[in-house]
Amino acid sequence: MNWDPLILTFELALTTTLVLLLVSIPLAYWLSKTRSGLKPFLETLVSMPLVLPPTVLGFYFLLAFSPNNAFGAWIDEWLGIRLVFSFGGLVLASVVYSLPFMVQPIQTGLSSLPPSLSEAAATMGKSASTQLFKILLPNIRKSLLTGIVLSFAHTVGEFGVVLMIGGNIPGKTRVASIAIYDEVEALNYAAANSYSLILFALTFVLLLSVYLINGGYVNRFWK
Amino acid sequence: MIEIRVRKILEARGGDFTLDVDLELQEGEFITLYGPSGSGKTSLLRSLAGLLTPDKGRISKGGKVWFDSKERVHMPPQKRNVGYVFQENALFPNMTVRGNLQFAQKKGAPPGLIEELIVDMDLHDLQDRYPDTLSGGQKQRASLARALAQQPDILLLDEPLAALDGVMRLKLQEYILSSHRKFKLTTLMVSHDLAEIIKLSDTTILLDKGRISKMGTPQQVFMGNKLSGKFQFTGTLLELEVQSVITVASVLIGNQIVKVAAHPTEVEGLSPGDKVVVASKAFNPVIYKIEEK
Repeated sequence: MNWDPLILTFELALTTTLVLLLVSIPLAYWLSKTRSGLKPFLETLVSMPLVLPPTVLGFYFLLAFSPNNAFGAWIDEWLGIRLVFSFGGLVLASVVYSLPFMVQPIQTGLSSLPPSLSEAAATMGKSASTQLFKILLPNIRKSLLTGIVLSFAHTVGEFGVVLMIGGNIPGKTRVASIAIYDEVEALNYAAANSYSLILFALTFVLLLSVYLINGGYVNRFWK
Repeated sequence: MIEIRVRKILEARGGDFTLDVDLELQEGEFITLYGPSGSGKTSLLRSLAGLLTPDKGRISKGGKVWFDSKERVHMPPQKRNVGYVFQENALFPNMTVRGNLQFAQKKGAPPGLIEELIVDMDLHDLQDRYPDTLSGGQKQRASLARALAQQPDILLLDEPLAALDGVMRLKLQEYILSSHRKFKLTTLMVSHDLAEIIKLSDTTILLDKGRISKMGTPQQVFMGNKLSGKFQFTGTLLELEVQSVITVASVLIGNQIVKVAAHPTEVEGLSPGDKVVVASKAFNPVIYKIEEK
């Protein structure tokens, strides 16, 4: 069996999750605190990937990043990055595609904390970033875990966006979900089955671990 | 001297009202705020701490301007050095009691301060526990200790004892009063308990619908100057029982029910639930031993 698609899938999911964590914490923090009129619009944009067909997202990415296009040509020329049919493009598209899975749990977690926690820290002279890292985030560990695991699993499972913007280049953009489609088309059911089984087992274990940890089963077992 | 001149429109369930307060506080005093709920007591504390921005006004302490709407000055809470004990205690759930105290401590604080507070507040056995495992009174003790660990100039207490039973309440009142004296604080406390106010405060402010309706010593505020009695206790009237020529009033004072015989004219206009003062003009006080030394 060719392991490349699986390895690529995990590289993509891992990179996407890390980037998402860096992007989503400040974004969710801002959303949980702001009273700006922009908030509903931003929340809508963040949630769009939940309902939009992935092909729509992929289609617009393809148009935007194409070197035949002003924007695509500009990043190609000035940054030397080609986002179409490349790993970088896949990461960017996956980050947008899985954004709600990371932002929403963190935002809900932050909003559920009483405001007096940050206020108490503020009267103690602590800055907003100290409040965030020492008080707020440590108290929403469950939400962070949910966000991390859901975005990882969701990226593993993506198909439409990747196919649109990444295509099917072996070792470069052919992730497991596309490899399965490919093998089925070639009537190679055994290979398709092994990829599928691995993905099935992996996502099951990932989600189960979230429920076990957040449900307190693991803590009870250790105590 | 702390000067507070604050105007702020507040949203309340019964309709909006304006917090409109103009007062001067002496540093080192113990001040209590009393008034019906929704009269702006908490908003006044929050304005002082910098957690709420008034619409108009000026707040200054010792000549230093904390807030001035005309000059567009708003010193953030981080710089005001105010200790705030929240009604719901606001202990950080991810830290132990000792961790909470350490977090609040400023750089360059005297090395033994935390140990001292842990001893003062009886927290020795609780210092390694997390807030979720503490009772209400223990949480408020830890919360008070945490506010003191930051060595504030002003201590703000927002009904810290509201949820506690009688005995724990009395004990915490002692902690608050002794810390106020020991650390030479200016303390502002919201309270609904008359006995507590009379016991603790130098000055009481009566707040009603955002305005100060009375301010002075607790005696001036709550009793006028009608009494010259030497013994006075505040309590709640439980019941009035008419017995031939006299009426017996049962009054709850602290944890005790006291029966007071009174002439029917004296108790006219009183009804159960009223806060009352029981006073005796000490012509002939009785004194007797209750416990051998």
